[in-house]
Amino acid sequence: MNLTLKIWRQKNQQDKGGFKDYKISDISPDMSFLEMIDVLNEDLVKKGEDPVHFDHDCREGICGMCSMVINGRPHGPKQAITTCQLHMRSFSDGDTITIEPWRAKAFPVIKDLVVDRTPFERIMQAGGYVSINTGGVPDANAIPIPKNMAEDAMDAAACIGCGACVASCKNASAMLFVSAKVSQLALLPQGMIERKSRVEKMLMQMDAEGFGACTNTGACSAECPKEISLTHIARLNREYYSAKVYSENV
Amino acid sequence: MSWFTKALSGSVGKKLVMSLTGLFLILFLIEHLIGNFMLLKGDGGVAFNEFAHFMKHNPVILVGEIVMFIGILLHVIDGLALERKNRSARPIGYATPNKSAVTSWTSKYMGPFGIIILIFLAIHLYDFFRYKYFSPVDNMPGTDISDLASLVYIKFQSLVYVVFYVIAMIVIGFHLNHGFQSAFQTLGLNHAKYTPAIKFIGSLYAILVPLGYALIPVIIYIQNISN
Repeated sequence: MNLTLKIWRQKNQQDKGGFKDYKISDISPDMSFLEMIDVLNEDLVKKGEDPVHFDHDCREGICGMCSMVINGRPHGPKQAITTCQLHMRSFSDGDTITIEPWRAKAFPVIKDLVVDRTPFERIMQAGGYVSINTGGVPDANAIPIPKNMAEDAMDAAACIGCGACVASCKNASAMLFVSAKVSQLALLPQGMIERKSRVEKMLMQMDAEGFGACTNTGACSAECPKEISLTHIARLNREYYSAKVYSENV
Repeated sequence: MSWFTKALSGSVGKKLVMSLTGLFLILFLIEHLIGNFMLLKGDGGVAFNEFAHFMKHNPVILVGEIVMFIGILLHVIDGLALERKNRSARPIGYATPNKSAVTSWTSKYMGPFGIIILIFLAIHLYDFFRYKYFSPVDNMPGTDISDLASLVYIKFQSLVYVVFYVIAMIVIGFHLNHGFQSAFQTLGLNHAKYTPAIKFIGSLYAILVPLGYALIPVIIYIQNISN
């Protein structure tokens, strides 16, 4: 396959940045999208140019590091996969592919396609944890959890924190991410201790980071590689109202 | 700030205010439409005038009116605040728009629709208050009931006014199409059994109610030119 890549290049956070076109040839349709960029980068290094910087780690769709907007869609044209799981057979010979970083005020570009996603870390630090006793391993069946609850919690826990929800939302809102993290713990008995303070603190941090609010458009869920459902956002809202009414935090 | 105002000033709190005031205004649209339909009764506007007279002198309605104006005000203030926050959350946009039609078209433009509706409302309320307090219309002959209907019939003789009214109703329809179901989601009411029904009723409401409103000036205009 022969392709034209239109890639966002930006030296650092202060640089204005801009698109640069690259011609690339003899790409196998069986290559992954990231392998295709690896090929481009090897070529750039050979020529003595600065390779295209991009985030990646596990390359099997579970770490949440890869983050590219490909032809206007986070993680590219396929449903429910990350960029690393996207293959070149999803494109046609001769295509021009536009590659951009996540765009959000809260996620500033560090370099090229790499953005700073530490706002997610700070949201997690604000309340995305549970209190547990140290010591011996507890008995597996000591706490009864209904199967459907475990399933729902697991669906929420599938969130890999990649930020595609923020990237796809017209408001760059982090509600789907926060809702998955709040839901996952609100559904399980282990999460009950911090249940009320968690949702208050995580939402406060979300607002402080400069993410937008939710307009319930559903773009986040549609572009989420783990297909996190909007029902979690509804649960997050319920958790918030209930915390505000019942908690003793004034 | 007290815990209460703090709870309503975060992004979810503001959405809660949008949702509750929005649902209240959705209910108000029905009451208003019932009144408007009386203009088509063919009695020269007597029923409409009597209904308006009743509404003007009913203490429950007067309290409702105050609540409604507060509702509109909160909906506008929080709506503008959210729109501002949301726009600032992405200073640099994408070069290629996301063409996959996964989200409803109306959900993307709630702010702009809202601003168009606000402009319509400003003109509408200017007329309302002008005739209510500053230049009261004449009473119907032999009664103490003011003849608002004649005023409406005169207004709807202008094609420009009728077209503007119809366009505003179409925009309200778009706004309602997303707003109706979005209000329930914001309240946390998302359920496998009921959400599809809420979405269906919302879309139906967004078509029928604005259609009902838009038909009235169109019918009055057509009746007027055919006479």
